[in-house]
Amino acid sequence: MKPLEDRIAKQVKGIPRSGIRDFFELVQGRDDVISLGVGEPDFSAPWHIREAAIFSLEKGNTSYTSNLGLLSLRQEIAAYVENLFGVSYQAASEILVTVGVSEALDLVFRAILNPGDEVVYHEPCYVSYNPTISLAYGVPVAIQTKVEDNFVLRAKDVEAAITEKTRAILLNFPTNPTGAVEPVEELEKIAALAIKHDLIVVTDEIYCELLYGGDSGMEVGNHTSIASFPGMRERTILLHGFSKAFAMTGFRLGYSCAPSVLTEAMMKIHQYSMLCAPIMSQQAAIEALKNGAAEVERMRRAYAQRRNLMLKRFGEMGLPCFSPGGAFYMFPDIRKYGLTSKEFALRLLEEESVAVVPGSAFGSAGEGSVRACYATAYDKIEIAMDRMAAFVSRL
Amino acid sequence: MDSLLDLLKSDARLTPGEMAERLGRSEAEVKTMLDELRDSGAILGYHAVIDPERAGDRHVSALIEVKLTPERNGGFDRLAQRIAKFDQVTSCYLMSGGYDLAVMVEGDDLREVARFVSEKLSTLDGVLSTATHFQLKVYKQSGFLASESRADERLAVTP
Repeated sequence: MKPLEDRIAKQVKGIPRSGIRDFFELVQGRDDVISLGVGEPDFSAPWHIREAAIFSLEKGNTSYTSNLGLLSLRQEIAAYVENLFGVSYQAASEILVTVGVSEALDLVFRAILNPGDEVVYHEPCYVSYNPTISLAYGVPVAIQTKVEDNFVLRAKDVEAAITEKTRAILLNFPTNPTGAVEPVEELEKIAALAIKHDLIVVTDEIYCELLYGGDSGMEVGNHTSIASFPGMRERTILLHGFSKAFAMTGFRLGYSCAPSVLTEAMMKIHQYSMLCAPIMSQQAAIEALKNGAAEVERMRRAYAQRRNLMLKRFGEMGLPCFSPGGAFYMFPDIRKYGLTSKEFALRLLEEESVAVVPGSAFGSAGEGSVRACYATAYDKIEIAMDRMAAFVSRL
Repeated sequence: MDSLLDLLKSDARLTPGEMAERLGRSEAEVKTMLDELRDSGAILGYHAVIDPERAGDRHVSALIEVKLTPERNGGFDRLAQRIAKFDQVTSCYLMSGGYDLAVMVEGDDLREVARFVSEKLSTLDGVLSTATHFQLKVYKQSGFLASESRADERLAVTP
């Protein structure tokens, strides 16, 4: 018999282990660690949303739903998206409810890529982008955004990366892991490029409710979706979900909004691989969209306070960090200490029991930074900042 | 101002400096806002929210429904203010519905509360009737759940 390793498909073998997973194993089992390494809210989903899920179970709603998702949920999504992004979608044919944005990304690339087709995206970025494109037999083409430029994706860099094989541009603003927000004028130029080169734009806007505006960061910042620009709705696949703003990560619920031909293609894969998203999560999501705004804002304000704390403390300890406009991450620049991001994170863990994620886990453009998540209780962040200050003072 | 009120409601022990840090403002700004809130009477006071069972507090509390005769000038105000002034009264609200005042009363024991109701409250001119309900157990108080602590069950590192 051939060794089992040889039975693994080439494109799966080609995917490197996630740097996050390596690091997770190191942190596991250590006591007294304050983790700034998580990528999810520390809040539980608001009670009224959890209660809606329980009520749904009590009523005996345990069946499949339409492949696209409950129509009542898609109608709520249509209204929410129109209000938030200023773009309207048909609930009946242009919205697909998925098991998180992660599933939606997988569906998108399997639906639109032929082997060898290229997708241009920006690094540092969420860990799944590169492998998801590869698993769909696509070729991921990364553009390196830079800390000196506040991790803005420049249209001229996008243009330089476009070849005759490019099929799509993948965007994620606000960005995990940097918290960067794309300036509207740059987004407009990227939209013009997509039209000029006839490309699909896939935009993952999962953090779009978590924006920090005003001088103090306490006000809600403005969000602009590329889907809202003239001529873009017809070529954009807008991805959003419930995990971050509504603190519903474990519900595993996201959605895509796209013209019906694209939605139909994604649905074809979804109906055979997933069938539908869990009905209790969908019921909970209806409640979230109908009545969740106040809780979202309450959590956003809590994140804003923690963001202010981290920014101030990083400043005091001399750790350069750009002021992120969204999400719940800081991405401080550690290059002056002469350590790799992995070495920095490892030593911080070993010497001070604070877990951050090495920037290199988010692509090579992340080297030189670490990701510190502020979705953690304020007093824990205070302790973590004391420990980090002690650590960097020794470097 | 809303953010400052949110902070005060969740933890009033923070110093102006700490509040300033959280709100991304200067300490002087926060102090000015706090002075305004105090001077305008918007902030009535500060207190700890205590779970009496865990604190071993053996006081008894009761909610008393009070029906009043409204007066020609001022309606319920004069009588309500008079009732609210008793030390035993911890809260006093004018209500819609089947009775007029909801009066929260605290006493050392059941007898003390009963004495307050029979001797002080029900003997006031204008008080038509009272109905006393003793509090048995606290599940939630002033926005805080009693006896719920949730450990952080998130994985330590996630994407």
